[in-house]
Amino acid sequence: MIGVILAILIVPLAAGVACFLGPARAAGVITIASGIASFGLVLALIPDASRGTLNYWSYLRADAVSEIFLLATGFLYAAVAVYAAGYLKGRTERYARRFYLGFNVFAGAMLAAPLMSSLALLWIAIEVTTVVSALLVAIEDTDGAAEASWKYVLIASAGLSLGLLATIFAYYAGAQVLGAHSNLAIQPLISAGSRLPKTPVRLAFLLATLGYGTKVGLAPVHTWLPDAHSEAPTPVSALLSGALLATSFYAILRFYQIAAAALGSGFPRGTLLVFGIASLLLASLYVFGQRDVKRLLAYSSVEHMGILAIGVSFGAPLALAGVLLHVLAHAAAKGSGFMSAGVFTVKYGTKQMTMMRDGLRLLPWSGPLFLLTILALSAFPPFGIFRSEFQIVAGGLDSGSYTAAAVLVVLVTVAFFGLATSVTSMLLTPAQDAGAAERQPTQAGGARPADGGRTDGAAVAVRAGPHASTVLAPGEPSAWMVVPVLAGLAVLALLGVHPPGELTSLITQAAAQLRGAP
Amino acid sequence: MNTVPGVYQGTANVIAALMLLLEFGMLRQALVRDQVRLYAAQSALISVLAIVIAADRNLPDLYALAGLSCALKVVAVPLVLRRLLGAQASEETPGVVGSHTLSPASAVLASIGLAAFGFFCFGSLGIHSAEAPALALSIAGAMVFVSFGLMIVRRDVASQAIGFFSLENAISLAALVVAAGLPLLLETAFLFDLLLAVVVFGMLIRAHHARAKSLSTADLTRLRG
Repeated sequence: MIGVILAILIVPLAAGVACFLGPARAAGVITIASGIASFGLVLALIPDASRGTLNYWSYLRADAVSEIFLLATGFLYAAVAVYAAGYLKGRTERYARRFYLGFNVFAGAMLAAPLMSSLALLWIAIEVTTVVSALLVAIEDTDGAAEASWKYVLIASAGLSLGLLATIFAYYAGAQVLGAHSNLAIQPLISAGSRLPKTPVRLAFLLATLGYGTKVGLAPVHTWLPDAHSEAPTPVSALLSGALLATSFYAILRFYQIAAAALGSGFPRGTLLVFGIASLLLASLYVFGQRDVKRLLAYSSVEHMGILAIGVSFGAPLALAGVLLHVLAHAAAKGSGFMSAGVFTVKYGTKQMTMMRDGLRLLPWSGPLFLLTILALSAFPPFGIFRSEFQIVAGGLDSGSYTAAAVLVVLVTVAFFGLATSVTSMLLTPAQDAGAAERQPTQAGGARPADGGRTDGAAVAVRAGPHASTVLAPGEPSAWMVVPVLAGLAVLALLGVHPPGELTSLITQAAAQLRGAP
Repeated sequence: MNTVPGVYQGTANVIAALMLLLEFGMLRQALVRDQVRLYAAQSALISVLAIVIAADRNLPDLYALAGLSCALKVVAVPLVLRRLLGAQASEETPGVVGSHTLSPASAVLASIGLAAFGFFCFGSLGIHSAEAPALALSIAGAMVFVSFGLMIVRRDVASQAIGFFSLENAISLAALVVAAGLPLLLETAFLFDLLLAVVVFGMLIRAHHARAKSLSTADLTRLRG
């Protein structure tokens, strides 16, 4: 298995270098091949990770918990790589080279993080994801992108500094029991359990929740998230939301395991409950009144990260299994959500939902797919998020957390209404008939024209951009941008209706590890 | 029972206190190039402290760490910052001078309050280490809060970046106190990670300056979280 783990680390980085140095036309193909290969390698790890912890060279480690997060990132890496081939159509060679270099390195760093055996290496991997993704957010070279990337890198890096401080206090705690040459390896710290000094562990967990929570998007340190998600290129938004937030949550889970072993689960569960409720409350209110479709999905991400934190705070095996399933389902749903929203922004040339009309007819594939994605994100059956949230709530009731479970259900319902009211008009409201109005040559929001002015018998005028009266014909900008969304919804249906047996075993094993099993 | 600190403990405490004073200097300073110099001086002090701890506590790894830290933070990072900031750092660029959201006196007073809060918070933890005096940890706590204060009260990208780098120095000080035995390989990885962050910060600062013709963040109000 060491070969597989090394390949997971090397393939995306090699792909990034090849994209930068090789012919620009091949960059998309190389990235797709790398994404699919990485996902295949991650799938190949499932049987061994389900059986126990794999350790190599004191620096690499994979177990059931890390495999869950690898699966989420691996799937999104492959899906978004395919999507990017359509999204980047018409971009300059220079842009494509820089994009694919950053994209592959970003994915590589996110795949590396769960494979790190020590808290220090985990911190380094997550810090690398920050600096690389900040450059990707800035790549659009607009005022909004420059502002969002600066706020992102400053806030996330400051948050991660607290994560580093947490790591240092974890070292101090470990050194008291394991000796000064302890290398912050995760498993020995968990095994040391109640022998660890309480105060440094408590401080380390608080700082880690606040520090890594900044990258997860937990309120009140979430402020970079809606800006960066809305201003980044859509493929990057999908990776940020579906994979990066989860990878950062993985770091919190590792500190949770150590804190639960040292202090008992009461303190870490209480801390996560506070952050989770705050995030869910804020996000469920903020989804109302959003006008930018990507900001809407970004606040939905804050909501789902809050659900994860609340799920862990319940502590029951069923809730923990629900949390791990939620990581996978959210990756597929939010990735699909951003990718289909990206089709809308390309088609209409704007991110403003008030400028988008008649989406179900003008985008015969992406319109219905976006609607299904929103339903999936709102925990409608038969999708995976329904199953995962059902498990989390059932686990909460099982553990006696009746009030928190009730609050979760109410706030998730509020968020559903917010999402539904925002999205319904862009999908169902008919476009105004503007007869033979001519297509505007420029588009709002820095997005590209979609149809190249194509008009046919079914063309209608819609409000697309500040100048209105743009003729849009029904049709998809690119098939490359539809196929990965279909794949995401298929995965969501699979997770909701009948998760594969191997995956169920993996989740069960991971939930047991979160409760202290070896 | 309180005991009088020895020469080693006194030296460590004085170095930590000087680092905190330099942090206040960065807060007060109006010019980018002077802030970079103060950052380099603060980084030099952390290298000296590493050498003092290495000599007194017989931790040879810390000599190597001090050398690396000096090469990166005292030489490379200020050099990279000056080069990336280019002309902006060599003259009084609009947006840096007068970028205080509070008057300098008010900012320093507020930061004294923050420093006191951090000092007593960390001091009350009761965390002691064989390698360095606990007072230095309290001073590191004060530096963490003042660094955040610096990032908040200055409305220019250069000062905010330097605030972040000095936050990293505060954490290095805390690490020397409670984690002096941390394996050298990991410490080295942290330092190179810092260098990577410096390059990215510098690139974003340049991008911001190219668009806004200023280092000021006063106009970054389009996006509000």
